[in-house]
Amino acid sequence: MTTNILPLLPIMIPFFAGIIMLFIGRRPLAHRVIATISSLLIIISAVWLVVLVYQNGTIATFLGNWAPPFGISVVIDMAAALLLLTTAIITLFTVIYSFQSIGIEREKFYYYVMVMFMISGVNGAFSTGDIFNMFVFFEVFLLASYVLITLGGTKIQLQEGFKYILVNMISSNFFVLGLAYLYSVTGSLNMADIHAKLEGFEGNYSIMTLVAVVFLFVFATKAGVFPLYFWLPGSYYAPPMPALVLFGALLTKVGIYAIARTYSLFFIDNVEFTHQMLLLLALATIIMGSIGALSYADMKRIIIYNILIAVGIILVGVSMMDEAGMLGAFYYLIHDMIIKAALFMLVGFLIYRTGETNAERLGGLIKIHPVTGWMFFIATLSLAGVPPFPGFYGKLFIVQSTFTNDNYIAGIIVLVSSLVVLYSVVRIFISAFWGEDMDFSRLKPVKSDKLIFASFAMVIVSIAFGLAADALYPLFEMAAQSFYDPASYSNYLPEVE
Amino acid sequence: MELITIILSGILIGSAVYMMLSKSVIRIIIGTALLSHGVHLMLLTMGQLKRGNIPVLDEEVSNYSDPLPQALILTAIVIAFALTAYILVLALRSYRELGTDDVEQMKGVPHDD
Repeated sequence: MTTNILPLLPIMIPFFAGIIMLFIGRRPLAHRVIATISSLLIIISAVWLVVLVYQNGTIATFLGNWAPPFGISVVIDMAAALLLLTTAIITLFTVIYSFQSIGIEREKFYYYVMVMFMISGVNGAFSTGDIFNMFVFFEVFLLASYVLITLGGTKIQLQEGFKYILVNMISSNFFVLGLAYLYSVTGSLNMADIHAKLEGFEGNYSIMTLVAVVFLFVFATKAGVFPLYFWLPGSYYAPPMPALVLFGALLTKVGIYAIARTYSLFFIDNVEFTHQMLLLLALATIIMGSIGALSYADMKRIIIYNILIAVGIILVGVSMMDEAGMLGAFYYLIHDMIIKAALFMLVGFLIYRTGETNAERLGGLIKIHPVTGWMFFIATLSLAGVPPFPGFYGKLFIVQSTFTNDNYIAGIIVLVSSLVVLYSVVRIFISAFWGEDMDFSRLKPVKSDKLIFASFAMVIVSIAFGLAADALYPLFEMAAQSFYDPASYSNYLPEVE
Repeated sequence: MELITIILSGILIGSAVYMMLSKSVIRIIIGTALLSHGVHLMLLTMGQLKRGNIPVLDEEVSNYSDPLPQALILTAIVIAFALTAYILVLALRSYRELGTDDVEQMKGVPHDD
């Protein structure tokens, strides 16, 4: 029971990197170097954590050496470790991608500082074992994301940023309200301890259903689930592409992770109601996302609506809360983080190169960018979940779980949504890379070697993940176990006399 | 005592909703500040209001008050304070940039077609 520093590294490295960058002032080159080095360090520490967790099981650190139910604990199980690793990889390539795309002005105004603070908050939210600290880390990354969404101060950023901040402030206030209810019911804030208390309780905890609804309201707003996704298409349209990569790949996923964590640990009293509600909302999210993805020709909008579809699919797996469902949800979560980053980067490259966001005004780009074109095609297939790409395994497990639970409609909606995803993104590919040649003299001479490097690297990471999915299966099984068998999450608590 | 604070926090949240439904940016920001006040009061109430007890567990003390809600509220207040400061600066900047403080006129994303 000592304060082990290793689980804290993914939170501390970006945090201190951000502070160092603040102190050395407006020097974009130094910022770039520090951001890259610290992302590499996070990757190393995350790999180390994955290996350690695989060998020894869940790692827990108790800050200030308080005995577990009291004080603040950082708990890294396999789910958190894998999410930390994925976040770190995405951060590294997004930072490299930003060198040539974010613009020197934004770099001078502490863009990398905010990226590092945001990663610090995201990693904290993944690895904390204390529900109030989850709120604090949510606020840390949200505050950084408010700056990222408005940094640069163009009109659209100010308008959409204001709405984004307002929506998130209100939902954060409700998070505190939910915490207040939870604390008054259970008298504890440690997530594992709350689970242990609620599980051993014989009587009726029907108020927990109310708390479940409040928490779902909060996390659904952050994750963009059906009735509360209204802000997402507008707000994500505003920031420049590298910020959008981070938002699309990471922020909604933190909301999903929080839903999965709280719904597996706390809301075990009235599962028929809470998880059924989650399933219905997830299905509605898939349908609304599909409608949005089909109805626009704007590339940015199409992929933004694809975020919603992915959120829905993962939550279908989460709401099943059995082994196959959780396994599928977790495969799909990791896969979606990687492939969304890759796809956003590739679309960002097209937008920077052509200065157009509407796919119908492009055409024939395969003649100039053949490799990029085929990488885009691979990313499309991977997004839709064509085997051997990793999305396939996630969907397979999710659909299998829905069928074994007699939710045939849910399974069919998930399957049909794959076709919608494939159609909506292949449409970008067909109209931008094939078709009639556009006026190639309109292309902007952008320096693009790092843009291309980062986006290809993300696609290759995705392919490698797909090919290695079988080898990684034990890790994912461990990760899924702490959700469908929450007792395994809370076994780091000592027995209380 | 708990009943009074709960009603008070309800009033605060109600007025916050009223303020946030208006068009002016400043009124919306005041609404969010009121909302966070109401929520913090609720958090304080949820730890039970007791007077005159010490907040530490000791062998002689059988009746102690809970120190945790205060600690949580301090954190939440600091966060709400930072957010309010940020959104006020943003409101000033967007007023200068957009020339309006009416949210009806802040329709950001251009529509294609």
